[in-house]
Amino acid sequence: MALYSEKVMEHFRCPRNVGVIENADGIGEVGNAKCGDIMKMYLKIDNDIITDVKFETFGCGSAIASSSMATELIKGKPVSEALALTNKAVAEALDGLPEVKMHCSVLAEEAIKNAIEDYYAKRKEK
Amino acid sequence: MIYADNAATTKLSRTALNAMLPFLEELYGNPSSLYAFGQKAKDAVELARENIARCMGCSPREIIFTSGGSEADNQAILSAAAIGRKRGKTHIISDTIEHHAVLHTLKKLEKEGFEVTYLPVDKNGLVRAADVAAAIKDSTCLVTIMYANNEIGTIEPIKEIGELCRKRGVLFHTDAVQAVGHLPINVENDNIDMLSASAHKFHGPKGTGFLYAKKGVALQNLIEGGAQERGKRAGTENVAGIVGMAASLSEAVENMESTSKKLTALRDRIIKGLSQISHSALNGDERMRLPSNVNFCFEGIEGESLLLLLDDKGICASSGSACTSGSLDPSHVLLSIGRVHDVAHGSLRLSIGEDITEEQADYIIKAVGEVVSHLRGFSPVWRDLISGKREFIL
Repeated sequence: MALYSEKVMEHFRCPRNVGVIENADGIGEVGNAKCGDIMKMYLKIDNDIITDVKFETFGCGSAIASSSMATELIKGKPVSEALALTNKAVAEALDGLPEVKMHCSVLAEEAIKNAIEDYYAKRKEK
Repeated sequence: MIYADNAATTKLSRTALNAMLPFLEELYGNPSSLYAFGQKAKDAVELARENIARCMGCSPREIIFTSGGSEADNQAILSAAAIGRKRGKTHIISDTIEHHAVLHTLKKLEKEGFEVTYLPVDKNGLVRAADVAAAIKDSTCLVTIMYANNEIGTIEPIKEIGELCRKRGVLFHTDAVQAVGHLPINVENDNIDMLSASAHKFHGPKGTGFLYAKKGVALQNLIEGGAQERGKRAGTENVAGIVGMAASLSEAVENMESTSKKLTALRDRIIKGLSQISHSALNGDERMRLPSNVNFCFEGIEGESLLLLLDDKGICASSGSACTSGSLDPSHVLLSIGRVHDVAHGSLRLSIGEDITEEQADYIIKAVGEVVSHLRGFSPVWRDLISGKREFIL
Protein backbone atom coordinates (compact mmCIF):
# COMPACT_ATOMS: atom_id res chain seq x y z
CA MET A 1 0.00 0.00 0.00
CA ALA A 2 1.16 3.48 -0.77
CA LEU A 3 2.00 5.80 2.10
CA TYR A 4 -0.78 8.22 1.16
CA SER A 5 -4.28 7.93 -0.28
CA GLU A 6 -4.89 8.94 -3.89
CA LYS A 7 -6.71 12.01 -2.59
CA VAL A 8 -3.70 13.14 -0.57
CA MET A 9 -1.41 12.65 -3.55
CA GLU A 10 -3.77 14.52 -5.84
CA HIS A 11 -3.87 17.55 -3.51
CA PHE A 12 -0.13 17.30 -2.95
CA ARG A 13 0.65 17.21 -6.67
CA CYS A 14 -1.84 19.92 -7.61
CA PRO A 15 -2.45 21.94 -4.48
CA ARG A 16 -5.50 24.23 -4.66
CA ASN A 17 -5.43 27.88 -3.60
CA VAL A 18 -1.68 28.19 -3.45
CA GLY A 19 -0.24 31.64 -2.97
CA VAL A 20 -0.66 34.91 -1.15
CA ILE A 21 -3.53 37.39 -0.80
CA GLU A 22 -2.27 40.95 -0.76
CA ASN A 23 -4.10 42.99 1.89
CA ALA A 24 -5.65 39.88 3.36
CA ASP A 25 -8.27 40.38 6.08
CA GLY A 26 -6.73 37.68 8.19
CA ILE A 27 -3.37 35.92 8.15
CA GLY A 28 -2.54 32.86 10.21
CA GLU A 29 0.86 31.28 10.54
CA VAL A 30 1.46 28.15 12.55
CA GLY A 31 4.41 25.88 12.83
CA ASN A 32 5.38 22.73 14.51
CA ALA A 33 8.68 23.86 15.93
CA LYS A 34 9.90 20.31 16.38
CA CYS A 35 9.12 18.63 13.06
CA GLY A 36 9.56 21.94 11.29
CA ASP A 37 6.41 22.19 9.18
CA ILE A 38 5.13 25.72 8.70
CA MET A 39 1.75 26.71 7.32
CA LYS A 40 0.51 30.17 6.40
CA MET A 41 -3.14 30.96 5.56
CA TYR A 42 -4.48 34.17 4.00
CA LEU A 43 -8.21 34.98 4.18
CA LYS A 44 -10.37 37.50 2.35
CA ILE A 45 -13.59 37.98 4.28
CA ASP A 46 -16.69 39.82 3.13
CA ASN A 47 -19.82 40.05 5.28
CA ASP A 48 -18.60 37.16 7.39
CA ILE A 49 -18.12 34.99 4.32
CA ILE A 50 -14.68 33.70 3.33
CA THR A 51 -14.59 34.89 -0.23
CA ASP A 52 -11.01 33.88 -0.91
CA VAL A 53 -8.32 31.84 0.77
CA LYS A 54 -4.71 31.11 -0.14
CA PHE A 55 -1.95 29.18 1.57
CA GLU A 56 1.80 28.64 1.66
CA THR A 57 3.28 25.55 3.27
CA PHE A 58 6.75 24.32 4.10
CA GLY A 59 6.34 20.68 4.90
CA CYS A 60 5.79 17.12 3.87
CA GLY A 61 3.26 15.74 1.40
CA SER A 62 0.51 15.44 3.96
CA ALA A 63 1.09 18.98 5.26
CA ILE A 64 0.74 20.38 1.75
CA ALA A 65 -2.31 18.23 1.00
CA SER A 66 -3.93 19.13 4.35
CA SER A 67 -3.50 22.85 3.67
CA SER A 68 -4.91 22.48 0.18
CA MET A 69 -7.92 20.49 1.35
CA ALA A 70 -8.58 22.83 4.26
CA THR A 71 -8.72 25.85 1.92
CA GLU A 72 -11.22 24.03 -0.30
CA LEU A 73 -13.38 23.19 2.70
CA ILE A 74 -13.68 26.78 3.92
CA LYS A 75 -13.76 28.74 0.67
CA GLY A 76 -17.14 30.46 0.26
CA LYS A 77 -18.21 29.42 3.76
CA PRO A 78 -19.26 31.61 6.69
CA VAL A 79 -16.53 32.34 9.22
CA SER A 80 -18.44 30.41 11.88
CA GLU A 81 -18.29 27.28 9.74
CA ALA A 82 -14.57 27.71 9.10
CA LEU A 83 -14.03 28.08 12.84
CA ALA A 84 -15.81 24.79 13.40
CA LEU A 85 -13.58 22.91 10.93
CA THR A 86 -11.74 20.13 12.71
CA ASN A 87 -8.52 18.42 11.76
CA LYS A 88 -10.49 15.19 11.63
CA ALA A 89 -12.75 16.62 8.95
CA VAL A 90 -9.69 17.63 6.91
CA ALA A 91 -8.17 14.17 7.27
CA GLU A 92 -11.45 12.47 6.38
CA ALA A 93 -11.87 14.63 3.30
CA LEU A 94 -8.43 13.40 2.25
CA ASP A 95 -9.57 9.78 2.66
CA GLY A 96 -7.46 9.51 5.76
CA LEU A 97 -3.87 10.27 6.79
CA PRO A 98 -1.28 7.91 8.28
CA GLU A 99 -1.37 8.03 12.10
CA VAL A 100 2.08 9.67 12.28
CA LYS A 101 0.88 12.41 9.92
CA MET A 102 -2.31 13.39 11.75
CA HIS A 103 -0.48 16.39 13.23
CA CYS A 104 -0.36 17.86 9.71
CA SER A 105 -4.16 18.13 9.65
CA VAL A 106 -4.00 19.72 13.10
CA LEU A 107 -1.70 22.36 11.65
CA ALA A 108 -4.28 23.13 8.95
CA GLU A 109 -7.06 23.52 11.52
CA GLU A 110 -4.86 25.75 13.66
CA ALA A 111 -3.74 27.87 10.71
CA ILE A 112 -7.36 28.66 9.82
CA LYS A 113 -8.31 29.45 13.44
CA ASN A 114 -5.23 31.60 13.70
CA ALA A 115 -6.13 33.53 10.54
CA ILE A 116 -9.70 34.11 11.77
CA GLU A 117 -8.42 35.33 15.13
CA ASP A 118 -6.20 37.73 13.24
CA TYR A 119 -9.25 38.88 11.27
CA TYR A 120 -11.21 39.58 14.47
CA ALA A 121 -8.25 41.36 16.02
CA LYS A 122 -7.82 43.55 12.96
CA ARG A 123 -11.53 44.35 12.90
CA LYS A 124 -11.43 45.43 16.53
CA GLU A 125 -8.60 47.82 15.75
CA LYS A 126 -10.78 49.46 13.11
CA MET B 1 12.81 4.49 -13.27
CA ILE B 2 16.14 5.78 -12.04
CA TYR B 3 17.10 4.00 -8.87
CA ALA B 4 19.31 6.34 -6.85
CA ASP B 5 18.94 4.78 -3.42
CA ASN B 6 21.72 2.22 -3.45
CA ALA B 7 22.69 3.08 0.11
CA ALA B 8 19.28 1.72 1.14
CA THR B 9 19.61 -1.44 -0.89
CA THR B 10 20.91 -2.62 -4.24
CA LYS B 11 19.70 -4.79 -7.07
CA LEU B 12 20.69 -8.44 -6.78
CA SER B 13 23.42 -9.10 -9.31
CA ARG B 14 22.82 -11.68 -12.01
CA THR B 15 25.98 -13.50 -10.91
CA ALA B 16 24.69 -13.72 -7.34
CA LEU B 17 21.26 -14.89 -8.47
CA ASN B 18 22.74 -17.61 -10.67
CA ALA B 19 24.97 -18.77 -7.84
CA MET B 20 21.98 -18.91 -5.50
CA LEU B 21 19.43 -20.66 -7.69
CA PRO B 22 20.75 -24.23 -7.27
CA PHE B 23 20.47 -23.83 -3.49
CA LEU B 24 16.90 -22.59 -3.71
CA GLU B 25 15.94 -25.45 -6.00
CA GLU B 26 17.63 -28.84 -6.03
CA LEU B 27 20.41 -28.43 -3.43
CA TYR B 28 18.17 -27.79 -0.45
CA GLY B 29 20.00 -30.03 2.01
CA ASN B 30 20.84 -28.90 5.53
CA PRO B 31 24.57 -28.21 5.92
CA SER B 32 24.47 -29.90 9.32
CA SER B 33 23.25 -33.20 7.87
CA LEU B 34 25.68 -36.05 7.63
CA TYR B 35 24.81 -37.45 4.20
CA ALA B 36 26.48 -36.24 1.01
CA PHE B 37 23.41 -34.23 -0.05
CA GLY B 38 23.66 -32.10 3.08
CA GLN B 39 27.43 -31.91 2.84
CA LYS B 40 27.12 -30.34 -0.61
CA ALA B 41 25.37 -27.42 1.01
CA LYS B 42 28.02 -27.36 3.72
CA ASP B 43 30.77 -27.26 1.10
CA ALA B 44 29.06 -24.34 -0.61
CA VAL B 45 28.87 -22.42 2.66
CA GLU B 46 32.55 -23.07 3.38
CA LEU B 47 33.59 -22.11 -0.13
CA ALA B 48 31.64 -18.88 0.29
CA ARG B 49 33.46 -18.26 3.57
CA GLU B 50 36.82 -18.73 1.85
CA ASN B 51 35.88 -16.34 -0.94
CA ILE B 52 34.69 -13.69 1.47
CA ALA B 53 37.81 -14.12 3.62
CA ARG B 54 39.96 -13.64 0.53
CA CYS B 55 38.08 -10.43 -0.34
CA MET B 56 38.61 -9.10 3.19
CA GLY B 57 42.19 -10.25 3.67
CA CYS B 58 41.50 -12.56 6.59
CA SER B 59 41.26 -16.26 7.38
CA PRO B 60 37.95 -18.09 6.70
CA ARG B 61 37.72 -18.97 10.39
CA GLU B 62 37.45 -15.27 11.17
CA ILE B 63 34.16 -14.89 9.24
CA ILE B 64 30.81 -15.50 10.96
CA PHE B 65 27.66 -15.40 8.87
CA THR B 66 24.80 -13.31 10.24
CA SER B 67 21.39 -12.11 9.11
CA GLY B 68 22.89 -8.78 8.06
CA GLY B 69 24.75 -5.70 9.17
CA SER B 70 22.62 -4.90 12.20
CA GLU B 71 23.11 -8.34 13.71
CA ALA B 72 26.84 -8.17 13.04
CA ASP B 73 27.04 -4.74 14.73
CA ASN B 74 25.09 -5.97 17.74
CA GLN B 75 27.20 -9.10 18.11
CA ALA B 76 30.51 -7.27 17.70
CA ILE B 77 29.72 -4.57 20.23
CA LEU B 78 28.09 -6.83 22.79
CA SER B 79 30.99 -9.29 22.50
CA ALA B 80 33.58 -6.58 23.06
CA ALA B 81 31.55 -5.31 26.00
CA ALA B 82 31.44 -8.80 27.53
CA ILE B 83 35.21 -9.14 27.14
CA GLY B 84 35.68 -5.73 28.69
CA ARG B 85 33.34 -6.39 31.58
CA LYS B 86 35.30 -9.52 32.52
CA ARG B 87 38.41 -7.36 32.82
CA GLY B 88 36.65 -4.54 34.58
CA LYS B 89 36.83 -2.30 31.49
CA THR B 90 33.53 -0.62 30.81
CA HIS B 91 34.34 2.37 28.64
CA ILE B 92 33.52 2.48 24.91
CA ILE B 93 34.40 5.12 22.31
CA SER B 94 32.22 5.81 19.30
CA ASP B 95 30.95 8.88 17.44
CA THR B 96 27.71 10.75 16.89
CA ILE B 97 27.04 9.76 13.26
CA GLU B 98 26.96 5.98 13.62
CA HIS B 99 24.11 3.86 12.29
CA HIS B 100 21.32 3.12 14.77
CA ALA B 101 22.39 -0.53 14.89
CA VAL B 102 25.50 0.75 16.66
CA LEU B 103 23.99 3.68 18.57
CA HIS B 104 21.07 1.73 20.01
CA THR B 105 23.34 -1.14 21.05
CA LEU B 106 25.55 1.39 22.84
CA LYS B 107 22.51 2.95 24.52
CA LYS B 108 21.59 -0.47 25.81
CA LEU B 109 25.09 -0.92 27.23
CA GLU B 110 24.91 2.50 28.86
CA LYS B 111 21.82 1.33 30.73
CA GLU B 112 23.85 -1.65 31.89
CA GLY B 113 26.49 0.64 33.36
CA PHE B 114 28.89 1.16 30.48
CA GLU B 115 30.29 4.60 29.85
CA VAL B 116 30.22 5.64 26.20
CA THR B 117 32.11 8.58 24.71
CA TYR B 118 30.46 9.82 21.51
CA LEU B 119 33.13 11.76 19.67
CA PRO B 120 31.94 14.76 17.69
CA VAL B 121 32.69 14.89 13.96
CA ASP B 122 33.88 17.88 11.97
CA LYS B 123 31.64 19.79 9.55
CA ASN B 124 32.30 17.19 6.86
CA GLY B 125 31.51 14.26 9.12
CA LEU B 126 35.09 13.21 9.77
CA VAL B 127 36.14 11.66 13.05
CA ARG B 128 39.61 12.88 14.03
CA ALA B 129 42.02 10.09 14.93
CA ALA B 130 43.60 12.42 17.49
CA ASP B 131 40.23 12.68 19.27
CA VAL B 132 40.07 8.89 19.48
CA ALA B 133 43.59 8.76 20.89
CA ALA B 134 42.75 11.41 23.47
CA ALA B 135 39.57 9.61 24.53
CA ILE B 136 41.18 6.23 25.17
CA LYS B 137 41.65 5.50 28.85
CA ASP B 138 42.67 2.48 30.88
CA SER B 139 39.07 1.36 31.12
CA THR B 140 38.40 1.53 27.37
CA CYS B 141 37.42 -1.87 25.99
CA LEU B 142 36.21 -0.90 22.52
CA VAL B 143 36.43 1.74 19.84
CA THR B 144 33.67 1.50 17.23
CA ILE B 145 33.78 3.90 14.28
CA MET B 146 32.00 3.35 10.98
CA TYR B 147 34.02 2.86 7.80
CA ALA B 148 31.82 5.16 5.73
CA ASN B 149 28.68 7.02 6.64
CA ASN B 150 25.41 5.84 5.13
CA GLU B 151 23.87 9.29 4.79
CA ILE B 152 26.62 11.70 3.83
CA GLY B 153 29.12 9.18 2.44
CA THR B 154 32.09 10.40 4.47
CA ILE B 155 34.91 7.86 4.68
CA GLU B 156 36.54 7.78 8.10
CA PRO B 157 40.31 7.47 8.74
CA ILE B 158 39.91 3.80 9.67
CA LYS B 159 43.48 2.68 9.14
CA GLU B 160 44.81 5.43 11.36
CA ILE B 161 42.25 4.81 14.09
CA GLY B 162 42.87 1.07 13.89
CA GLU B 163 46.59 1.59 14.24
CA LEU B 164 46.32 3.67 17.36
CA CYS B 165 43.79 1.25 18.90
CA ARG B 166 46.19 -1.60 18.27
CA LYS B 167 49.04 0.32 19.89
CA ARG B 168 46.89 1.01 22.94
CA GLY B 169 45.59 -2.57 23.11
CA VAL B 170 41.95 -1.60 22.57
CA LEU B 171 39.59 -3.62 20.37
CA PHE B 172 38.53 -1.81 17.22
CA HIS B 173 35.24 -2.50 15.45
CA THR B 174 34.00 -0.84 12.29
CA ASP B 175 30.53 -0.88 10.79
CA ALA B 176 31.59 -1.25 7.16
CA VAL B 177 28.12 -1.87 5.75
CA GLN B 178 28.43 0.99 3.24
CA ALA B 179 32.05 0.30 2.42
CA VAL B 180 32.43 -3.43 1.82
CA GLY B 181 32.37 -4.14 -1.92
CA HIS B 182 32.75 -0.43 -2.67
CA LEU B 183 36.09 0.53 -1.14
CA PRO B 184 39.32 -1.45 -1.03
CA ILE B 185 39.38 -2.96 2.45
CA ASN B 186 41.95 -5.26 3.96
CA VAL B 187 41.29 -5.94 7.62
CA GLU B 188 44.96 -6.66 8.27
CA ASN B 189 46.28 -3.49 6.62
CA ASP B 190 43.47 -1.42 8.11
CA ASN B 191 44.17 -2.73 11.64
CA ILE B 192 40.57 -3.83 12.12
CA ASP B 193 39.64 -6.32 14.85
CA MET B 194 35.94 -6.61 14.01
CA LEU B 195 33.98 -5.56 10.95
CA SER B 196 30.29 -5.74 10.03
CA ALA B 197 28.97 -6.15 6.50
CA SER B 198 25.64 -6.61 4.77
CA ALA B 199 25.19 -8.42 1.45
CA HIS B 200 22.33 -6.38 0.03
CA LYS B 201 24.46 -3.24 0.01
CA PHE B 202 26.79 -4.78 -2.60
CA HIS B 203 24.27 -6.43 -4.91
CA GLY B 204 23.87 -9.54 -2.80
CA PRO B 205 20.62 -10.83 -1.27
CA LYS B 206 18.83 -9.26 1.71
CA GLY B 207 18.87 -11.03 5.05
CA THR B 208 22.54 -12.02 4.85
CA GLY B 209 25.66 -10.45 6.23
CA PHE B 210 28.83 -11.30 8.02
CA LEU B 211 30.95 -10.37 10.96
CA TYR B 212 34.71 -10.51 10.72
CA ALA B 213 36.25 -11.10 14.12
CA LYS B 214 40.00 -11.37 14.40
CA LYS B 215 41.34 -14.64 15.76
CA GLY B 216 41.37 -14.47 19.54
CA VAL B 217 38.38 -12.14 19.87
CA ALA B 218 35.85 -14.18 21.83
CA LEU B 219 32.41 -13.70 20.33
CA GLN B 220 29.29 -13.86 22.40
CA ASN B 221 26.16 -15.45 20.96
CA LEU B 222 23.11 -13.38 20.23
CA ILE B 223 21.21 -16.48 19.18
CA GLU B 224 21.51 -19.68 21.17
CA GLY B 225 20.86 -23.10 19.71
CA GLY B 226 22.77 -25.44 17.43
CA ALA B 227 26.49 -25.49 16.79
CA GLN B 228 26.45 -23.65 13.47
CA GLU B 229 29.15 -21.05 12.85
CA ARG B 230 31.43 -22.80 15.33
CA GLY B 231 28.84 -22.31 18.03
CA LYS B 232 28.83 -18.53 17.66
CA ARG B 233 25.59 -18.12 15.73
CA ALA B 234 22.93 -20.79 15.99
CA GLY B 235 20.35 -21.50 13.31
CA THR B 236 20.42 -23.37 10.02
CA GLU B 237 22.53 -21.41 7.58
CA ASN B 238 20.90 -19.26 4.93
CA VAL B 239 22.77 -21.29 2.32
CA ALA B 240 21.51 -19.57 -0.82
CA GLY B 241 21.97 -16.16 0.83
CA ILE B 242 25.53 -16.92 1.90
CA VAL B 243 26.44 -18.27 -1.53
CA GLY B 244 24.88 -15.21 -3.17
CA MET B 245 26.71 -12.87 -0.81
CA ALA B 246 30.08 -14.44 -1.65
CA ALA B 247 29.36 -14.31 -5.38
CA SER B 248 28.30 -10.66 -5.27
CA LEU B 249 31.23 -9.64 -3.10
CA SER B 250 33.76 -11.38 -5.34
CA GLU B 251 32.19 -9.66 -8.34
CA ALA B 252 32.15 -6.26 -6.63
CA VAL B 253 35.78 -6.54 -5.54
CA GLU B 254 36.84 -7.68 -9.00
CA ASN B 255 35.13 -4.71 -10.68
CA MET B 256 35.81 -2.21 -7.92
CA GLU B 257 38.34 -0.09 -9.72
CA SER B 258 36.30 0.48 -12.87
CA THR B 259 32.99 0.85 -11.00
CA SER B 260 34.50 3.31 -8.60
CA LYS B 261 36.00 5.37 -11.41
CA LYS B 262 32.69 5.53 -13.29
CA LEU B 263 30.63 6.35 -10.20
CA THR B 264 33.04 8.99 -8.97
CA ALA B 265 32.83 10.84 -12.29
CA LEU B 266 29.02 10.72 -12.35
CA ARG B 267 28.80 11.58 -8.67
CA ASP B 268 30.90 14.68 -9.21
CA ARG B 269 28.83 15.59 -12.27
CA ILE B 270 25.66 15.48 -10.15
CA ILE B 271 27.31 17.38 -7.29
CA LYS B 272 28.43 20.07 -9.72
CA GLY B 273 24.97 20.25 -11.25
CA LEU B 274 23.11 20.47 -7.95
CA SER B 275 25.55 23.07 -6.64
CA GLN B 276 24.04 25.41 -9.25
CA ILE B 277 20.79 25.46 -7.25
CA SER B 278 20.85 28.61 -5.14
CA HIS B 279 21.13 28.31 -1.38
CA SER B 280 22.10 24.67 -1.45
CA ALA B 281 25.03 22.89 0.14
CA LEU B 282 26.78 19.57 -0.20
CA ASN B 283 26.80 17.47 2.95
CA GLY B 284 29.86 15.37 3.70
CA ASP B 285 33.46 15.51 2.62
CA GLU B 286 34.21 16.28 -1.02
CA ARG B 287 37.26 14.06 -1.23
CA MET B 288 36.84 11.38 1.46
CA ARG B 289 33.52 10.31 0.02
CA LEU B 290 31.85 7.12 -1.17
CA PRO B 291 31.84 7.04 -4.99
CA SER B 292 28.07 6.59 -5.01
CA ASN B 293 27.02 9.27 -2.53
CA VAL B 294 25.51 12.68 -3.20
CA ASN B 295 23.86 14.49 -0.28
CA PHE B 296 22.55 18.03 -0.42
CA CYS B 297 20.55 20.42 1.71
CA PHE B 298 18.25 22.88 -0.04
CA GLU B 299 17.10 25.81 2.01
CA GLY B 300 13.39 26.64 2.23
CA ILE B 301 11.96 23.22 1.38
CA GLU B 302 11.18 19.97 3.12
CA GLY B 303 12.64 16.63 2.10
CA GLU B 304 9.60 14.38 2.03
CA SER B 305 7.77 16.54 -0.53
CA LEU B 306 10.97 16.58 -2.53
CA LEU B 307 11.12 12.77 -2.53
CA LEU B 308 7.46 12.35 -3.45
CA LEU B 309 7.78 14.69 -6.43
CA LEU B 310 11.02 13.05 -7.54
CA ASP B 311 9.19 9.72 -7.33
CA ASP B 312 6.59 11.18 -9.71
CA LYS B 313 9.48 11.93 -12.06
CA GLY B 314 10.71 8.35 -11.78
CA ILE B 315 13.60 8.97 -9.38
CA CYS B 316 14.04 6.91 -6.20
CA ALA B 317 15.96 8.85 -3.57
CA SER B 318 16.11 9.39 0.18
CA SER B 319 16.11 12.22 2.72
CA GLY B 320 17.13 12.94 6.27
CA SER B 321 13.99 14.98 6.87
CA ALA B 322 12.02 14.37 10.06
CA CYS B 323 8.91 13.74 8.00
CA THR B 324 10.51 10.70 6.41
CA SER B 325 12.03 9.30 9.56
CA GLY B 326 8.94 8.40 11.50
CA SER B 327 10.25 10.58 14.32
CA LEU B 328 9.98 14.32 14.70
CA ASP B 329 13.68 14.96 14.44
CA PRO B 330 15.73 15.25 11.29
CA SER B 331 18.73 13.02 10.73
CA HIS B 332 21.18 12.82 13.64
CA VAL B 333 23.98 12.78 11.09
CA LEU B 334 22.99 16.12 9.54
CA LEU B 335 22.54 17.66 12.99
CA SER B 336 25.96 16.31 13.99
CA ILE B 337 27.71 18.03 11.09
CA GLY B 338 26.14 21.29 12.19
CA ARG B 339 23.12 21.59 9.94
CA VAL B 340 20.35 23.33 11.88
CA HIS B 341 16.85 21.79 12.00
CA ASP B 342 15.35 24.00 9.24
CA VAL B 343 18.12 23.16 6.81
CA ALA B 344 18.39 19.48 7.73
CA HIS B 345 14.70 19.08 6.82
CA GLY B 346 15.49 19.95 3.23
CA SER B 347 18.01 17.21 2.61
CA LEU B 348 18.31 14.85 -0.32
CA ARG B 349 20.46 11.74 -0.57
CA LEU B 350 21.15 10.21 -3.95
CA SER B 351 23.19 7.00 -3.96
CA ILE B 352 23.87 6.02 -7.51
CA GLY B 353 24.60 2.57 -8.90
CA GLU B 354 26.67 1.11 -11.72
CA ASP B 355 23.76 1.11 -14.15
CA ILE B 356 23.37 4.88 -14.18
CA THR B 357 24.17 6.75 -17.40
CA GLU B 358 25.37 10.28 -17.99
CA GLU B 359 21.96 11.16 -19.45
CA GLN B 360 20.26 9.90 -16.31
CA ALA B 361 22.63 11.91 -14.13
CA ASP B 362 21.71 15.02 -16.12
CA TYR B 363 18.02 14.17 -15.86
CA ILE B 364 18.40 13.93 -12.05
CA ILE B 365 20.05 17.36 -11.92
CA LYS B 366 17.24 18.87 -14.01
CA ALA B 367 14.46 17.12 -12.06
CA VAL B 368 15.82 18.13 -8.65
CA GLY B 369 16.15 21.72 -9.81
CA GLU B 370 12.55 21.78 -11.01
CA VAL B 371 11.14 20.20 -7.87
CA VAL B 372 13.13 22.48 -5.55
CA SER B 373 11.92 25.61 -7.31
CA HIS B 374 8.32 24.31 -7.41
CA LEU B 375 8.34 23.71 -3.64
CA ARG B 376 10.07 27.00 -2.91
CA GLY B 377 7.31 28.64 -4.94
CA PHE B 378 4.80 28.18 -2.14
CA SER B 379 7.07 27.83 0.88
CA PRO B 380 6.48 30.48 3.55
CA VAL B 381 10.04 29.88 4.74
CA TRP B 382 11.43 30.64 1.30
CA ARG B 383 9.25 33.77 1.07
CA ASP B 384 10.69 34.98 4.38
CA LEU B 385 14.21 34.22 3.18
CA ILE B 386 13.95 36.08 -0.11
CA SER B 387 12.11 38.99 1.46
CA GLY B 388 14.85 39.36 4.03
CA LYS B 389 12.63 38.56 7.01
CA ARG B 390 14.76 35.56 7.73
CA GLU B 391 18.46 35.18 7.10
CA PHE B 392 19.81 32.63 4.66
CA ILE B 393 21.91 29.97 6.28
CA LEU B 394 23.20 28.34 3.10
